[in-house]
Amino acid sequence: MSVPILKQGNYLIASVQSELSDADLLKLQDDLVKRVSDFRSRGVIVDVTVLDVMDSFATRTLRSMAHMIMLRGAETVIVGIQPEVAFSMVQLGLKLEGVSTALDLEEGLALLDHRTKGDNRRG
Amino acid sequence: MKKEKANEQANAELRQELVEHFREKRELLRQQWVQQMVAKGLLAGLTQEEIENESVTIYDTCIVCLETGEYDGAKTYATRMAERGVLRGMTTEQIIGGLLTLRDVYGRSLFEKYQHDMGRLLSALDIYEPVANKILSIVALAFVGEREKIVRQQQEAIRELSTPVLQVRDQMLILPIIGVIDTHRARQLTEQLLRTIRSSRAKVVVMDITGVPGVDSKVANHLVQTVDASQLMGATVIVTGISPEIAQTLVTLGVDLTKMNTVGDLQGGIEEADQLLGYRAVRVESVTGFNRKEKV
Repeated sequence: MSVPILKQGNYLIASVQSELSDADLLKLQDDLVKRVSDFRSRGVIVDVTVLDVMDSFATRTLRSMAHMIMLRGAETVIVGIQPEVAFSMVQLGLKLEGVSTALDLEEGLALLDHRTKGDNRRG
Repeated sequence: MKKEKANEQANAELRQELVEHFREKRELLRQQWVQQMVAKGLLAGLTQEEIENESVTIYDTCIVCLETGEYDGAKTYATRMAERGVLRGMTTEQIIGGLLTLRDVYGRSLFEKYQHDMGRLLSALDIYEPVANKILSIVALAFVGEREKIVRQQQEAIRELSTPVLQVRDQMLILPIIGVIDTHRARQLTEQLLRTIRSSRAKVVVMDITGVPGVDSKVANHLVQTVDASQLMGATVIVTGISPEIAQTLVTLGVDLTKMNTVGDLQGGIEEADQLLGYRAVRVESVTGFNRKEKV
């Protein structure tokens, strides 16, 4: 199942709706990296609230996605990682180095607002 | 075959004889027993009435065990006694000492009874001693079991008390860790912290480890994991109260703490957290009347 990508002001929001297969993840990565400059977006939020599991592939894909998006000139924030998921991730040694995380969508938007303050580019 | 049967028969008769002997001498032996226990100071803290009641019950229970070979009565009584005894602070020494004394009293009366018939004395002891030992072990086990139950309950209570996560301001949590951290506790601590981060929407957590006596590589690893997991939930962790010993251990162990945010003490940690959240604590006016209670 593909992930809907919504435009909200200067940001893109990818809201994951169900468990993702590896193929879904790669498609999400392609879509986001492609579309990030369509609207000259300054930030991307990936909401993973519904995910009960984050395996090494998902973690790596999210991490490289964030790095690719950074090269395209936008910030990425992963939001909504559940306590259980966070705990199992650190136990498995999976890290999201260099990627911002926030509690939920609201915090993620606040974080992006803070980061892109003073940037007057219009979306 | 016949011989065995005869033997069994003789044993049963002897057993009955012992039971009758103990019943007959009941008052005398019981008095002896109580006197000996008093002399040994094993009955401290019990009233005269309690001594009477308990000694009668124990005496009779032992005889029933000897007569029937069933120990259910002894088990029930031992469990009940353990519950009461432990609650009232009776020591295991008192209970076991008491029973050993009773054993001696029984044994001595058997010696007196059969002193002229060595063969019969030996068979009598063969019957009586296993029963006495069994009763003793039942009681001892009941007591140990009761103690273990209490230890378990207390461990549970300590565990629940040991991980408070406190909110001091909007979006700021304090996690004071006191005592030794093991794998189980570290896991519980992290889980509780993460849940609280979600429910209180915290952005900064001050983790104070002043009360942690020492760390090893495992514990340090747990701390790093807690910090990483909180980061994934979008919260920054500030670690405070790292003692000189712990600092030395951490560096000697080569634990990578470069990514960890550390401040000297809890006050400093809270100030740092205030800064991150954009708070500033300001004293509003001079507080000369600080201790005065307002009267209305």
